[in-house]
Amino acid sequence: MKFIDEYRDPAAAQQFAAAIRRITTRPWTLMEVCGGQTHAIVRFGIDELLPDEIRLVHGPGCPVCVTSLELIDKALEIASRPEVIFCSFGDMLRVPGTKGDLFSVKSRGGDVRIVYSPLDAVKLARENPDKEVVFFAVGFETTAPANAMAVYQAERAGIRNFSILASHVLVPPAMEALLSSPDCQVQGFLAAGHVCAIMGYTEYEPIAAKYNVPIVVTGFEPLDILHGVYLCVKQLEEGRAEVENQYARAVTRDGNRPAQEIVSTVFRVVHRGWRGLGKIPSSGLGLTPPYAAYDAEAKFGVAGITAAEDGECISGQIMQGIKYPHECPAFGTRCTPEKPLGAPMVSSEGACAAYYRYRRVVV
Amino acid sequence: MSIPTSFSLSCPIPISDYPTVQLAHGGGGRLMNQLVERMFGATFQNPALDARHDGALLEIGGARLAFTTDSFVVHPRFFPGGDIGSLAVHGTVNDLAMCGARPLFLSAGFVLEEGMDMDELWRIVQSMQAAAAEAGVQIVTGDTKVVDRGKGDGLYINTSGIGLVESGRKIDPSQVQPGDVVLVSGDIGRHGIAIMAVREGLEFETAIESDSACVAGLVRELLDAGIDVHCLRDMTRGGMASSLVEIAGTSGHRVHIDETVIPVRQDVRGACEILGLDPLYVANEGRFVAFVAPEDGERALEILRAHPLGQGAAQVGKVGAQGDGLVTMRSAIGATRIVDLLSGEQLPRIC
Repeated sequence: MKFIDEYRDPAAAQQFAAAIRRITTRPWTLMEVCGGQTHAIVRFGIDELLPDEIRLVHGPGCPVCVTSLELIDKALEIASRPEVIFCSFGDMLRVPGTKGDLFSVKSRGGDVRIVYSPLDAVKLARENPDKEVVFFAVGFETTAPANAMAVYQAERAGIRNFSILASHVLVPPAMEALLSSPDCQVQGFLAAGHVCAIMGYTEYEPIAAKYNVPIVVTGFEPLDILHGVYLCVKQLEEGRAEVENQYARAVTRDGNRPAQEIVSTVFRVVHRGWRGLGKIPSSGLGLTPPYAAYDAEAKFGVAGITAAEDGECISGQIMQGIKYPHECPAFGTRCTPEKPLGAPMVSSEGACAAYYRYRRVVV
Repeated sequence: MSIPTSFSLSCPIPISDYPTVQLAHGGGGRLMNQLVERMFGATFQNPALDARHDGALLEIGGARLAFTTDSFVVHPRFFPGGDIGSLAVHGTVNDLAMCGARPLFLSAGFVLEEGMDMDELWRIVQSMQAAAAEAGVQIVTGDTKVVDRGKGDGLYINTSGIGLVESGRKIDPSQVQPGDVVLVSGDIGRHGIAIMAVREGLEFETAIESDSACVAGLVRELLDAGIDVHCLRDMTRGGMASSLVEIAGTSGHRVHIDETVIPVRQDVRGACEILGLDPLYVANEGRFVAFVAPEDGERALEILRAHPLGQGAAQVGKVGAQGDGLVTMRSAIGATRIVDLLSGEQLPRIC
């Protein structure tokens, strides 16, 4: 398939791997930020092609994995109400809250639906004026413009029975939180290409300078990731710490301006709790005052719900790159995709699920 | 047959995990596998069931019969390339064919919802008869129930089928041998994507048609040509990956496949990329996987490709010497990973 196969060419992959081997003189630890990249690395076995000196650790860039238990519990509470049609992207449905997941709410009679676009949820609201339609607005900067557009359009059309449970998170604050941690082992980042397609990469320039860490904006196909690793290792070997753009076919330095505008119209930066990482200041998006009526948390009075995470799940350490999934004592035994203790075992982008599905025997 | 040494009243599916049935319990993945194995399989156990094949093989009065059943709840009821009626015939006929049997007779059970459009029902019934005639089977018995409006999804169909196993050859997972070649009868993933496209209102340049078809004739040609077929399975719910994982697990042999030679049409691949789905797990309704003795591999491929329903046939892998019951795959860039069952249905990814 055009624009896919070119980036999965085995001979070119071997050439990139050889080039990485040639320039690598000592051990380096790199983090790919995005869960989509983690998935590709494990699915295609990209790390198998790398020299032993290069260690890839899997970052906090899976929106399903970092959505806090508290927000999942709020979602479960709202979805259980008889007047609600609760809409979500597919892979949020199996994420465990304190008591069950959205699938179990559905099996008990809750109206929980998978949608492919937040605009589908707005359409449902228009078609069901006697129902309250709630969209679970999860994701990083990548999904924020579409979710913002849904709220914007609902407001313009005067649709009042629509609201979102906002749990948006932002990449740069999470990277800073990781880099500020005394346990941080990450020496270079592969930044999430799709996040940068929206936001550009100017935000990363001060981070690279402040923490003296190379950041390479990287795509999602095997050759993108190998190329990103090459550029990152080259910087490290040469003692540089810059922001570089591997994913130039989708990303410009300034990003997508109209998308950024709709996001800043509808959303404002708020503090956000991350599953496994705790509260990170100014790391999420909530609705701006003109759109406050579309905030499901306020509409359904669930803001007071709190929840404590399972003590056995080490997802926080995994998402900080301190531990690998198979180093967790519960991995594959008490924690499996069928009965996950934490979200990284649920999502197809989660590091634990990726290891479980593709690596269980090898590790 | 092993006789249970203790009798337990406790539910074998840990109630604490799943106090209610989830959709994933019917999704063709690990949860369904657990439900079938621990609740149904453990309760009803007998030699025919314990073979874990697409149908039961039974010896009655000297004749060897294959017996199978399937229920059809597909929505939408009409989709490009078929409808629930033709599907209900193809599904059961194909299960019989996978046992190496010649399909003969079907039953048809209809659960109709009050208010179902009579003209639509008529079209579905006509479609069933056309599919049955094409497959050379007769629908010889049936049942009709009507449920209150709102208590069904318009129409559910159950079909059961009986077929005759004419050769003395055994075709099931226990016959799989190291060295066997693994063939698929055509491109994969079309049925699942066709259904999803209609259900979700996704539009592509040209409509992707379901592969729904009766493959009994194709199987018959392989057997009549004397191909040493060891195991067959139609790659329905859960797709090619789930079929291979089940066969590898039951046979205890390692199955190794190569991602680059698995036939997937460009439009299906494109749809899968957009939706974040893996075509290996997408349903088919007219495709099967065949485990064949290595010396017959080439000839089997020629026979498949000469048939209209097998033109896209390909060898996708072979059975290895390791006795670990796993499926491994060489990825597009040349690394190796394992292929496993999903928990339930594939869920589209966020981004």
